[in-house]
Amino acid sequence: MRVIAAMSGGVDSAVAAARAVEAGHEVIGVHLALASNPQKYRSGARGCCTIEDSHDARRAADKIGIPFYIWDMAEEFHQGVVENFLAEYAAGRTPNPCLRCNEKIKFAAVLDRAKAMGFDGVVTGHYARTQESAMGKTLHRAVDPLKDQSYVLAVLNTEQISGAIFPLGDTEKVDIRIEAGARGLAVAQKPDSHDICFVPSGDNAGWLRDRLGSETGPIVDQSGKQIGEHKGAYTYTIGQRKGLGLTVPTADGSPRFVLKIEPVTNTVVVGSREELAVSQLQGEKTIWCGPEVDEKPLRGFVQVRAHGAPLDCTYRYVDGRLIADLDKPLLGIANGQAMVIYDGDRVVGSATICESA
Amino acid sequence: MSVYLDHAATTPMADAAIAAMTSSLSKIGNPSSLHTQGRATRKDIEDAREVIAKNAGCLPSEIIFTGSGTEADNAAIKGLFWKSGKKLIVISAVEHHAVLDPACWLVEHEGAELIEIPVTADGVVDLDFLKKLIAERGNEMALISVMHSNNETGVIQPVAEVVKLAGDIPVHTDAVQSFTKVPLSYEELGVTSMALSAHKVGGPLGIGVLVLRRAYEIPALLHGGGQEREIRSGTLNAPSIVAFAAAVEKSTYDAVQVAALRDRFEAGVIAAVPDAYINGVKSPRLPGISNITFPGTQSDSLLLLMDSEKVSCSTGAACSAGVHRPSHVLLAMGHTEITAQSSLRFSAGATTTQSDIDFALSVLPTVINRGRAAAAK
Repeated sequence: MRVIAAMSGGVDSAVAAARAVEAGHEVIGVHLALASNPQKYRSGARGCCTIEDSHDARRAADKIGIPFYIWDMAEEFHQGVVENFLAEYAAGRTPNPCLRCNEKIKFAAVLDRAKAMGFDGVVTGHYARTQESAMGKTLHRAVDPLKDQSYVLAVLNTEQISGAIFPLGDTEKVDIRIEAGARGLAVAQKPDSHDICFVPSGDNAGWLRDRLGSETGPIVDQSGKQIGEHKGAYTYTIGQRKGLGLTVPTADGSPRFVLKIEPVTNTVVVGSREELAVSQLQGEKTIWCGPEVDEKPLRGFVQVRAHGAPLDCTYRYVDGRLIADLDKPLLGIANGQAMVIYDGDRVVGSATICESA
Repeated sequence: MSVYLDHAATTPMADAAIAAMTSSLSKIGNPSSLHTQGRATRKDIEDAREVIAKNAGCLPSEIIFTGSGTEADNAAIKGLFWKSGKKLIVISAVEHHAVLDPACWLVEHEGAELIEIPVTADGVVDLDFLKKLIAERGNEMALISVMHSNNETGVIQPVAEVVKLAGDIPVHTDAVQSFTKVPLSYEELGVTSMALSAHKVGGPLGIGVLVLRRAYEIPALLHGGGQEREIRSGTLNAPSIVAFAAAVEKSTYDAVQVAALRDRFEAGVIAAVPDAYINGVKSPRLPGISNITFPGTQSDSLLLLMDSEKVSCSTGAACSAGVHRPSHVLLAMGHTEITAQSSLRFSAGATTTQSDIDFALSVLPTVINRGRAAAAK
């Protein structure tokens, strides 16, 4: 196949590109420039948006012996990921920008462009596997549970999965670094990227405060009684216990947790640990990574964070909503998080949590 | 087969230049040394200086060797500015970054004021604008810089007319693309300074020339051993200098033939892609450069596809990370950001053949179709 290898400048995408070449594909390396001014979003080689990273990607392509280009996806990234991230927070939800980037950029803008240009698919360094079966090409967890990235790929529909190649899913990260070293790739020991690539400092709360304001507002309990003042609703997360600055103790002295963020009234609602617990999740904007599910309940797992645990559940799809009933209650769920359903290690699909109880 | 149509970026070294350079590399001698070997190297350099001077229409003593065309432009723009004591810099809107960026630097760091002379839709500087500007503010002008021909479109500028209008105001011209390709005479143009580069004419990378009037001294960028009239210190790069001269003296560039290849290419492009258009086509142009807009495409996709088909061309400017930017040259000619980013530069050189052109034309329809499909996504 003729494929585009998305090369971030990190070790994973470099080894993925090298493996794709060895698998017999005709590979062209592409680095995505995601900020119109590469220094605008971040500095230092911690992630995916710097001149050093594009240089590292270029040198990896040189070593592998493939052509290399830079594609400017800054506008698509800004609109599809950064603006979306801000809008979601402004609406009181907690989004995951990595999912949006996979959904809108890597496997949409890039894959569409690649296909139009006569390529068959896109290779990335994500830790996930695909399998061909009677169900078609399906998405599965990587063998390395610590690195598994199937959660952030669960926004790919079956067509996108059919155009995706993940050469690293069968290997543990530690072995990828060894392999990169053996291949002479200079990025073999480059640190992993963490956090959100467009937040330069890693200070998400500060970044949000700068853009969405830090207007103070009331902290109220479940009865609506004000018991404190917050320093900008966007900087709180559901389930947060520390840093609330509350001086009015609860009757029994038990701690309070953030239950809800209400952006319209700029209010943070707090309550007890029990009130934080949920046993049902409902999601909208469902994306199926394989065969669609209907209202018939099925047993499986739901995961609500990129590196969260798979939780036993019964799931079904009713009236446009993906519903998961949890075997054991879960604490601290925010609307906007993605719920990803697994059947064993196969990704069934994902939805954006809009209600929980 | 692979086809190289990016000669305006850099062109293969001429055989004569490689031979001259190789021979010089095996010689010892700092040209500033007083002993036998030093004098021998010095002689090679002075011979080369005379050859280049003859071909550039200047005196040997007016040649200052630099490390690149960019350095020559920087030395001229900054040097003329500092010498003048005046604050107003006037440059064309289509200057190469080697002129544009030092001018902007002087604005940011030295209190300069910058005015750009607009160009017509065909890419030629607006002389009426310049005439009016000189009438109003000529006494404030530190310098005027108008390139001899544009590196992206090949459009030749009326530099002699600019000099006439300028009167006593110093005029610099970046003649990097014109040298050895179209008639070029420093003396006839009457400019104060002129920049040249070796690797655009079959010489090596890393050697340029600033032509500067005799006894017209400007502040130096590099201070040191006092070489090159104390305007450009640094041990003279003898192997590159003799290779530069050999490339100029033994140039195989046939302007008539290159222009015929370009015309054949452009006719073929328009036949294959009827809505494509050639930027600056109505103006006098260099023989080898075609800048073509393909509506409904993105240049970086086209370049990748062309490259996949083994045809090398250029998108124009890119930022330091390699991101393609809309060309300020095309924007100045009235392009939108979208059409400016739908354009490619093809440039032929001394080694370009008819089969190169025909091969490039043969892959073009597929490339444009795919490029259009990609841009529609």
